[in-house]
Amino acid sequence: MTTLYEQLGGAPAVDAAVDIFYRKVLADERIERFFDAVDMQAQAAKQKAFLTMVFGGPNHYTGVDMRRAHARLVTQGLNDSHFDAVVENLAATLRELGVGDAQIAEVARIAESVRGDVLGR
Amino acid sequence: MATLTWQGRTIACGDESVLDALAREGVTVPSSCRAGACQSCLVRAVAGTAPSSAQKGLRASLVEQGFFLACQATLTDDLTAAPADDLPVTRATVLRVERAADDVARVFLRTDGAFEARGGQFVHVMRDDGLTRPYSLANRSGDGSLELHVRRVAGGAMSPWLCDLAAGATLHLRGPSGECVYRRDRPTQPLVLAGTGTGLAPLLGVLRDALDAGHGAPITLVHGARTLAGLYEDDALRAMAARHPMVRYEPAVLDAPEGDPRRGDFRARVAAVVKATKGARVHLCGPPETLRPVQRDTFLAGVPLGDIAADLFVTAPSR
Repeated sequence: MTTLYEQLGGAPAVDAAVDIFYRKVLADERIERFFDAVDMQAQAAKQKAFLTMVFGGPNHYTGVDMRRAHARLVTQGLNDSHFDAVVENLAATLRELGVGDAQIAEVARIAESVRGDVLGR
Repeated sequence: MATLTWQGRTIACGDESVLDALAREGVTVPSSCRAGACQSCLVRAVAGTAPSSAQKGLRASLVEQGFFLACQATLTDDLTAAPADDLPVTRATVLRVERAADDVARVFLRTDGAFEARGGQFVHVMRDDGLTRPYSLANRSGDGSLELHVRRVAGGAMSPWLCDLAAGATLHLRGPSGECVYRRDRPTQPLVLAGTGTGLAPLLGVLRDALDAGHGAPITLVHGARTLAGLYEDDALRAMAARHPMVRYEPAVLDAPEGDPRRGDFRARVAAVVKATKGARVHLCGPPETLRPVQRDTFLAGVPLGDIAADLFVTAPSR
């Protein structure tokens, strides 16, 4: 079975997805404060790794990475509602790219698997 | 079988990747996905040609500088490569120091031997006592004389010393590095070059290269300053805009007198220019506290991340 990563067209398609996803996240007032004062280029690289993972592409993202990367945000109040907002934006991004509902649900399931690590519990 | 030369060692490479060949010899290059996606294993070809199959997905400016992904590279020809952050050190002599404004100097340098740098890249100036600071290149690519713009930071460790150097003094440069360069493969893409203070230096390097290449689309340069005196290339840029129909010069000075056309807010001016320029590549240079919001505005205005080249200068705290 081919992964969504392959179906979308590999790394170049993920770049396009990052542009859409990142723009949605920055425009979402529920979560945009967590993205203030970050290095946008570094943030885009992280999002690319994240999207590659949830699309089933090659990655070695670990729970420890996720935990470490979000620890500071957790102290600033990052919680389930923010995680949900990110997943919503992810689904909206995929709809914009013409991905079907079944696959969006699969992506959401993979994203869900890192919720505990992201929120530090 | 091809030979890889890596920091003085020679390693025979068969069908395996450069990453695996290095690992076999006990050389660790940071890596993660091993599939060409994460770009953790970025290395740089120093002599010889990087395998193009190992450059898929890299930004064009990295490709031009010979960067490639060690995990995706198998060698058919001999190659000398180095870690991505391992840059050559070159000795340079001060040709002259010009006063551009009260607190800005143009420092012209000539390197001993060849020095391949693109306009808009930066070098680390290294003093003999080990103090090192980055400065951008305002000169065109391949110019025999390098031009740095140095703002004299009161109490700064490097800049007052640099501004007061006499012709004939020597120092060392590490680099060049940086991706704020003119894209030769995009001769008809409009350019927006925006920066404050000495963030103008790399933008001038890009502008000069664009004009040398006969750039076929509008180039708008926005220079932001607090006072009119901060527009330290005002005359030269006006002259350039008058000479080249493609060039527009848009100063934005916060404290200019009421009624002066140069009066304006930098962030608002850049936003207006970006809005009016469809499909542009946008270069942003200057201190992060000023340029980060502009970078964000630019992205939210619809410019793809791949078309935004941001070079944010971080000034070291005074001692």
